[in-house]
Amino acid sequence: MYEHDVIVVGAGGAGLRAAIAAHEEGADVALVTKLHPVRSHTGAAEGGINAALREGDSWDLHAYDTMKGSDYLGDAPAIDTFAKDAPEEVVQIEHWGMPFSREDDGRVSQRPFGGMSFPRTTYAGAETGHHLLHTMYEQAVKRGIEVYDEWYVTNLAVTDHEDPEDRVCHGCVAYDIKSGEIHGFRAKNGVILATGGLGQAFDHTTNAVANTGDGCAMAYRAGAPMEDMEMIQFHPTTLPSTGVLISEGVRGEGGILYNEDEERFMFEHGYANNDGELASRDVVSRAELTEVNEGRGIEDEFVHLDMRHLGEERILDRLENILHLAEDFEGVDGLDEPMPVKPGQHYAMGGIECDENGETCIDGLYAAGETACVSLHGANRLGGNALPELLVFGARAGHHAAGKDMKVAEIQTGPSAKSEDGAVEPPVDPGAVDAGTDDVVADGGAAATPKSVVKGAVEEERQRIEELLEADGINHAEVRADVQETMTQRVNVFREEDGLKQALRELKDARREYQNVAVSDPSRTYNTDLIHTIETRNILDVAEAITIGALAREEFRGAHWRAEHQERKDDEWIKHTMLAWNDGDPELYYKPVELDGDEETYEPKERSY
Amino acid sequence: MSTQIEQQETESESEQEAESAVESPGDRRRAEKQQRLDEQKQAEREESTLDDEETIRLKVFRYDPEVEGKQEPRFDDFLVPFHKGMTILDALIYARDQYDSSLTFRHSCRQAVCGSDALFVNGRQRLGCKTQIAELETPVRIEPLPHQEVVKDLVVDMEHFYDQMEAVEPYFDADELPEDELEEQRQSRENREKVKMSTRCIWCGACMSSCNIAAGDNEYLGPAAINKAYRFAMDEREGPDRKQERLRIIEQEHGVWRCQTQFSCTEVCPKDIPLTEHIQELKREAVKNNLKFW
Repeated sequence: MYEHDVIVVGAGGAGLRAAIAAHEEGADVALVTKLHPVRSHTGAAEGGINAALREGDSWDLHAYDTMKGSDYLGDAPAIDTFAKDAPEEVVQIEHWGMPFSREDDGRVSQRPFGGMSFPRTTYAGAETGHHLLHTMYEQAVKRGIEVYDEWYVTNLAVTDHEDPEDRVCHGCVAYDIKSGEIHGFRAKNGVILATGGLGQAFDHTTNAVANTGDGCAMAYRAGAPMEDMEMIQFHPTTLPSTGVLISEGVRGEGGILYNEDEERFMFEHGYANNDGELASRDVVSRAELTEVNEGRGIEDEFVHLDMRHLGEERILDRLENILHLAEDFEGVDGLDEPMPVKPGQHYAMGGIECDENGETCIDGLYAAGETACVSLHGANRLGGNALPELLVFGARAGHHAAGKDMKVAEIQTGPSAKSEDGAVEPPVDPGAVDAGTDDVVADGGAAATPKSVVKGAVEEERQRIEELLEADGINHAEVRADVQETMTQRVNVFREEDGLKQALRELKDARREYQNVAVSDPSRTYNTDLIHTIETRNILDVAEAITIGALAREEFRGAHWRAEHQERKDDEWIKHTMLAWNDGDPELYYKPVELDGDEETYEPKERSY
Repeated sequence: MSTQIEQQETESESEQEAESAVESPGDRRRAEKQQRLDEQKQAEREESTLDDEETIRLKVFRYDPEVEGKQEPRFDDFLVPFHKGMTILDALIYARDQYDSSLTFRHSCRQAVCGSDALFVNGRQRLGCKTQIAELETPVRIEPLPHQEVVKDLVVDMEHFYDQMEAVEPYFDADELPEDELEEQRQSRENREKVKMSTRCIWCGACMSSCNIAAGDNEYLGPAAINKAYRFAMDEREGPDRKQERLRIIEQEHGVWRCQTQFSCTEVCPKDIPLTEHIQELKREAVKNNLKFW
């Protein structure tokens, strides 16, 4: 058994920032990650990092834009904290050597981004995430932070109290991918989940293959609820063939969207008469799909994004990476031709419920970054707000887990935050088909020592993996492909009640199928078959949560569009959808959105761009 | 559409014989696979001219130290349906998901930023995810990166590469920072431009694998690590003292002077980093630096 004060699971932006912060507090910290840190998907972020750095801008303007962008589903304490901490965090990574793009005076450049009232997006070409990730990994190396790379955390070690709010997380179980050994990791102070996105629940996504919602699913099964899972962001500009992202920076610099008739449809068809291409992502995604659905799409599939008029010099200076992506993955020269684009799954606004200090309702269990839902992005994340989120909340989770005395959180978590029971009529019972045999809460009870809780979890995991390796059965890839197809067909940009119900039936079938999966590669050495099989279970849990949330939320807010409910219903729906695992019998409930900010109470207004 | 995996054929047959008494899901799966295979063979016989534009033959290196039958390195053939825009990674994923789930390779972002899937394809180091199959001669031969220990199939041990990267103290270390924590350091556009290409490294290891010198001298820092040193040594935000120290590191016995400017690293770099130039520039810097003391 390995022992550290703080264990950070995942080593992308949020994980690295959390580890550095915990280290600053003097904690012995370890990063456990299924990839090597520099392989993390933070490296694929292109656009930039928002922070109010300049005269004429201020944190409260940034907060206001974020709340408006969230369609009033963000929590004010999270948004205010975020906007206040962001400038210091951004300047700090500059101090750590981040190669930002520069102005003539040598200061960091900023550019306009969708939904922002000030050009406050700092960037490093169109490869901001790559530089952020590498800069932070360098700082982790500088501090000698221990990294267990290519170790896959498969489960948490949590006490088995009935009420999740009484549970304590004492560590986790990890599988050494290279050797096949399974070990316990005991965390004296806390475990921070920073495992990133869940895009692999969909088949057309900008997310990496590794983004399978592991943290979310593990925390969920351990008792921390998932929040606002229906809020999935579809990015309007992804390459049709692969889902590779074409940064919002292209539109920020002045890129234009055209339909088959070469109309600038954002204006000509009235989708966003003020902001056009720079309306927020949900608006642009729907506009594109509407064009395609009404027969004005190109090859009935996509639209064109044109940046030729920006000129070679500007493109090379600020968007060079986009040229390479269009060339390598679509065979299009962006200097000569418009690029084909269509919406693709991009980001999960929802995730593990946590407070502004990153803590969940389970003592000692934290979450940060995309896997978390402190409720910063609400129903829609603005471009350039993901990277500062992982800096701000990664740092806060790290500091808090390491024992820094922080202000008591204003955001409530866990079952006691419940204000209302959820109402949804699923066509099938959601949750485990084998309830009882898949209990992740380690045996031990109140009297158990922390080590015995970790040991118990390790034993269960050894058994589960042994069974997967020894049994005969179907290949996980079939189940995974079924789930991805269901989600893309029925739980996409446009959602209808019948389709959502059908999706739940299909997900239930996939759960049944999953009972028959087995790993056909018998090897203990680098068994990716095994890893992907375990991931597929996580994909199932998050896909179901997304669909239940989408069925429950009978309104149109932010990224969540419903055919039968074409308006935002503030009287009923300024509340978060919560899903608690309850030992395989998922419970839907609601908790209120917190609109009281530091300076003022945010008043929901119509979101027009 | 053609589907088959040739090596698997014999294995399936023998397993089926051994387990013919029990009908398990695995048996069914293997039987179905066998059936597909037979149908395919039949179709091939009937349609003797297989359309080359529709399928691609991959010859993939296989090795697993643990599994009997795979301990002796060999090549497996996979025939995968081709579509326009298909990359090496797409083909490998198809082969793995459709034919043999034990086929092992690293990959994640599939957009050339995570650096996981550097492979030796038709005798050259390339990123699987950004290599179009249409541009390659067939059959496509896919091997793990040369000069690195093979862990299994296409996965190589990257530890040595990571160690060399860390040996150059790969982190920013400014002599002094602005007093105001909300005030950034200044960096000229020209200076950013100078280091820009060097910051694009994704640690894929292609350069190191292509370097003859690195192959013969295990202690040679190698192109990626030296490029990393360049990235910091040339950044004006670090002070002169730190630069001295950086030059000392790259000037050591197994540092820049080992480079024989063969340009193989530069040729294979998937991010077009002028690695050889960077190494030469550091040699010049080191000479200038030493001259000062004469």
